[in-house]
Amino acid sequence: MQELSERSTCQIAKKRVVLDSYLGARRHGLCCGGGSNDPCLEQDRRLIQSVDVVHMKTRSAFWEGFIDCAPFIVIVIPYSMMFGVVARDAGLDVLQTMGMSVLVIAGASQFTALTLLSEGAPVFVALFTALVVNLRMAIYSAALVPHLGHARLGMRALVAYFMVDQAFAVAVKRYELPPPLGPAERMAYYFGAMLLICPFWYGGTLAGALLGQAIPASLSMDFAVPVCFIALVAPAMRSLPHVVAAVTSVIGILLFHSLPWSLGLIVAALLAMVAGAQTELYMRRRTAKRGLA
Amino acid sequence: MIDESAFWLLTIGLGIGTYLIRFSFLGLLGGRTLPDWALVHLKYVGVAIFPAMITPLVLWPAATDGQFDPARLIAAMAAFAIGMRFSVLGAIIAGMGSLYLLQALGL
Repeated sequence: MQELSERSTCQIAKKRVVLDSYLGARRHGLCCGGGSNDPCLEQDRRLIQSVDVVHMKTRSAFWEGFIDCAPFIVIVIPYSMMFGVVARDAGLDVLQTMGMSVLVIAGASQFTALTLLSEGAPVFVALFTALVVNLRMAIYSAALVPHLGHARLGMRALVAYFMVDQAFAVAVKRYELPPPLGPAERMAYYFGAMLLICPFWYGGTLAGALLGQAIPASLSMDFAVPVCFIALVAPAMRSLPHVVAAVTSVIGILLFHSLPWSLGLIVAALLAMVAGAQTELYMRRRTAKRGLA
Repeated sequence: MIDESAFWLLTIGLGIGTYLIRFSFLGLLGGRTLPDWALVHLKYVGVAIFPAMITPLVLWPAATDGQFDPARLIAAMAAFAIGMRFSVLGAIIAGMGSLYLLQALGL
């Protein structure tokens, strides 16, 4: 339980700061005396209380993150189970299936890599495409720096391993809302959010992988892959640049699907990315011009 | 069938590559930020890649040996409509559910 040690080192540091200022005050003769009304005893009591508050705050931030992420379990369980089932269906054994979910923890790229590999694409194409799918996480990484960049390198390395879409979205939303969280609380909140998601991701994959062979072919589990992708992409179709990118992507793959080594996918995706970005930039310029007129 | 060594090469490569992407700004690049043009393009990675993945899977499914299957196209459109208006989970249920319904009806 790494986050516990992080929390306690942080508390020790805070305790030390409080203690130092207290001892400093004592040295300067700000509080001294004796008897039952000793102001120093009162200060001790307050000191203990303030350390308890820090402790309570990080603990409650952890559970706050945990609870805020809870609705996503409803998505993570079927999604991870589908990965397990589809992976077994494609011919992987349980160890391979679990190996992928534990080493990668990024569902969409796992489905992508698996689909391309079972279609006979070369490893480098499957790898490149799946990595492009995960490039969005560079944005997450950059967005977390102002909130979690204070942590030790080891902790940041752990933050990186567990960086999944849902936990990221929930955490950044919380960081920007009042009341503000302190550095230790932000870390606790992040781990609360992802400690809920990740065990369900592993467990769901395992359940799916074990159940996979028992699911009859008549259930058409192959169709789960495009359905999962549709479920991911459909909610984004709310702005014109996103629609332009999606339409370009479909047209691109229809034109280039016969390219060797599944390269048509990469060509279509690059064209669509540029189309979406250019549409956004065009719209920005137009709004700016209108603002000047 | 997936080749064992190809699988592990892909999985380990994807694991390391994905980790490096996640660790990039938090660890390797320090406090540096992405340039604006990169941010604008990265925003569209998902909508650029998934439709190109979805289209062949729906139009030429491997399960029917690449033959067009109207039930799958209709089910995909149902999933899209529900996903756009309601929720991710709703889209999965609508997609698989309508495929089963159409298959039961003999389409």
